[in-house]
Amino acid sequence: MELIFEKSRPGRAAGTIPGSDVPETALETLIAPGLLRGDLNLPELAEVDIVRHYTRLSRRNFGVDVGFYPLGSCTMKYNPKVHENVARLDGFTGLHPYAPESFAQGNLQLLHELAGYLSEICGMDDFTLQPAAGAHGELTGVMIIKKHFERKGQRRSTILIPDTAHGTNPASVALCGFQVATVRSNAEGGVDVAHLRELMTKDVAGLMLTNPNTLGLFERNIEEVAAIVHGRGGLLYCDGANANALIGVTRPGDLGFDIIQLNLHKTFSTPHGCGGPGSGPVGVKRHLAAFLPVPRVVKKGKRYRWSEDFPHSIGRVRAFYGNFNVLVKAYTYIRSIGAAGIRRVSESAVLNANYIMARLKPYYRLAYDRVCMHECVFTGEKQVQESGVHTTDIAKRLLDYGFHPPTIYFPLIVREAIMIEPTETESKETLDEFCEAMISIAREAKENPELVKSAPLTTPVKRLDDVLAARKPDVCWALC
Amino acid sequence: MDYIPHTQDDTAQMMRTIGIDAMEALFADIPETYRLKRLLELPPPLAEQEIWEHMSRLAARNRLPGATLTGAGAYHHYIPAVVGHVLARSEFYTAYTPYQAEISQGILQAIYEYQTMITRLTGTQVANASMYDGATAMAEAAVLSAKSLGRNRLILARSIHPEYRKVVRTYAWANGYECVEIPFGTAGQVDGEALRGLMDDRAAAVLVQSPNFFGIIEDIRPLAELAHGRGALLVAGFTDPTSLGILMPPGEAGADFVVGEGQGFGNPMNYGGPYLGILASTDAFMRKIPGRLVGATVDREGQRGYVLTLQTREQHIRREKATSNICSNEALCMLAAAVYLASLGKNLKKLAALNVWKAHYLKESLSALPGWKPLFSGPVYNEFALACPDVKETNRRLEKAGYTGGYDISRGYPELGGGILLCATEMLSREDMDNVVSLLK
Repeated sequence: MELIFEKSRPGRAAGTIPGSDVPETALETLIAPGLLRGDLNLPELAEVDIVRHYTRLSRRNFGVDVGFYPLGSCTMKYNPKVHENVARLDGFTGLHPYAPESFAQGNLQLLHELAGYLSEICGMDDFTLQPAAGAHGELTGVMIIKKHFERKGQRRSTILIPDTAHGTNPASVALCGFQVATVRSNAEGGVDVAHLRELMTKDVAGLMLTNPNTLGLFERNIEEVAAIVHGRGGLLYCDGANANALIGVTRPGDLGFDIIQLNLHKTFSTPHGCGGPGSGPVGVKRHLAAFLPVPRVVKKGKRYRWSEDFPHSIGRVRAFYGNFNVLVKAYTYIRSIGAAGIRRVSESAVLNANYIMARLKPYYRLAYDRVCMHECVFTGEKQVQESGVHTTDIAKRLLDYGFHPPTIYFPLIVREAIMIEPTETESKETLDEFCEAMISIAREAKENPELVKSAPLTTPVKRLDDVLAARKPDVCWALC
Repeated sequence: MDYIPHTQDDTAQMMRTIGIDAMEALFADIPETYRLKRLLELPPPLAEQEIWEHMSRLAARNRLPGATLTGAGAYHHYIPAVVGHVLARSEFYTAYTPYQAEISQGILQAIYEYQTMITRLTGTQVANASMYDGATAMAEAAVLSAKSLGRNRLILARSIHPEYRKVVRTYAWANGYECVEIPFGTAGQVDGEALRGLMDDRAAAVLVQSPNFFGIIEDIRPLAELAHGRGALLVAGFTDPTSLGILMPPGEAGADFVVGEGQGFGNPMNYGGPYLGILASTDAFMRKIPGRLVGATVDREGQRGYVLTLQTREQHIRREKATSNICSNEALCMLAAAVYLASLGKNLKKLAALNVWKAHYLKESLSALPGWKPLFSGPVYNEFALACPDVKETNRRLEKAGYTGGYDISRGYPELGGGILLCATEMLSREDMDNVVSLLK
């Protein structure tokens, strides 16, 4: 498909600018010519061309509204339409972040109440809504750990992370100046407690644990894990990326976690927008609340205001207050479904994942054969051994069946991993159709492996050359 | 209401297939004592009509201003209708990061086009697919500079947005870097002599912003030369991205990183977010910059296509050795910026000029009032700092008339008491501005 630059024709324009109602002084007399630019090379198109261009692009894109999207660890649930309408209310979109607090009481009330709801859901004492994404929340949480030990006058250099963790965990730890030490998994897919005990020294600031982990398994030894970490003065951090399995059923705060980040764009149904905006609020127990980033909303009587008066805070982690418009959608979600709805979310998400696991078990080898939580992880090793068909081939073949593939080759400890997260919003019929497609691909892999390896056959482009893209990077259009 | 399609029958059948007879069996791994025996304490659920009414009431508890006179990092610009219509395509807004390229060509091509637009606007060779916001884009460029050079000192212009400086300091603290500030001179620009005095071989980067927080346009070139003279990098920020429509591209003036807030390109003010951080750089840093990057390639049949590329920079491949921890970015806000720029095209230049004229009109009109005068002599884009008789009283009068007032400069600069920062974009009519002046007489 042509690039927007290739559709450009000199002299065309869509967005027109009003005439000036104030004097039009030559710019060179107001700003030294050396500070001004020459040509401005942006595309020139009529509005209809722009609309058709982006409409065509949208038709070459796959979203939850197009079809089933069982991308493991990403919680691609349906995003209710009323959220979109609510978020577009002028009262929410139209205010400047420095608008006087008297203008913004509705926004401040929403933020204050949302922090309270998230605290109740997670069993935490306080929440910051500032972080812009899950990884930003992790970074904020690790900074809180750093501040905690700084205040205690202890130097601890290392943070422990299980080998199943998302890549963002070690990267967040490194961006905060800590070393990473990796904790092995045991034969059941949980934390190897003996290894944890060995690693958990007085130089270790804490453990970042995803629970359920990326194998979709609940950490059965959580009590012991918490006791080991706390016993050596460490803090227990919960990566809440997989909270969709737990909400309303158990609370990370009750399980012994000191800090959690939630991904509202996963568990709380705000759309992913092709990769963002997300939102990664961070909850803490009371003993860490003083370290939360500023500013924070405080309530006095019926009035809400911003306060930066928290001298032990880690400081600011972004400008202004957070991805406010995303928070509006998460608030709407919680108020719509209520406490019983929240419990039903986890129950149905876990039910759906176990249903897929049960149906596909005869055809694909399970990484760990036990009850899963919100996602199940298979390995494509059987297919590799039998017919040379790899997980990536299976994923690409799913495109021909009209499904978004699961997450593949993650977690790293499972070879040829296929990580399936159906979410609670998918019906039994959809799950059945997906399972039939997976079963059919397993048969194709046996009978006609070349077909699977040549997939996809029905997409606008075929398999793309990643190696070429990395070897000769072409990251902007240079021609016109 | 909830959004779960299961009937009782479905649930029963699924449980049979799994081989369980109670839902509790699915949660058997959770130690019994930690399983919630109660419902969470939350307000009762609402039907769609009820939630719409509730949220409309909450939104109405806010007061929308008649006009916005505040800039200071978020800018009120007109958003062409086409932007909202493209963003409402749910093939875009309900998709995840484009890991499966064959069914994500839409957003991948849109990102590639955006990257191209940004490199052209900023005079750079590579731009990523967005950071969280302008402040974190600046902070990550600072951290990357220090890591790349193995140096641990950051030199920040005091004329950078106070919140941006705070974010840079938070990231610097976490990494054990030292921050020092360069003062501004009477023009409101970076004091070049002071910078020369601060430069040494420990400096990883010099960070500036143009237009800076006071709306003043900086001369980037000599600052870049000073930084490069000591082997340091120059990180050039901006406040309102529409200024790039007329200003010298920072990359052409020698900046190694160009970073800033992209909200002004087609995104509403949204009470502070979501926005998008713009981050662009030179070829030298292409394999080091944080964030998603899209590259052009070909498919098996030789057709042009696009993929996420140079992913060995990223956390999902490199883990603790990655350039940054960023995963989710602000892709949909980036798409708004791309559509906005496609819509305006070369008219961005006209829009920027209109902003300059409006700001000069208001600046000059207010400066004629007794007790009012510019704080600085340097050239401005669409906002400006004035000394005024009483900032609180000024804002009280403006707010009473339904305007959001100016930014009280003493909030970020105790040494500039009595200073107010005002902004005039194309959204402010002459009538509004004349009204403001008469209110403050």
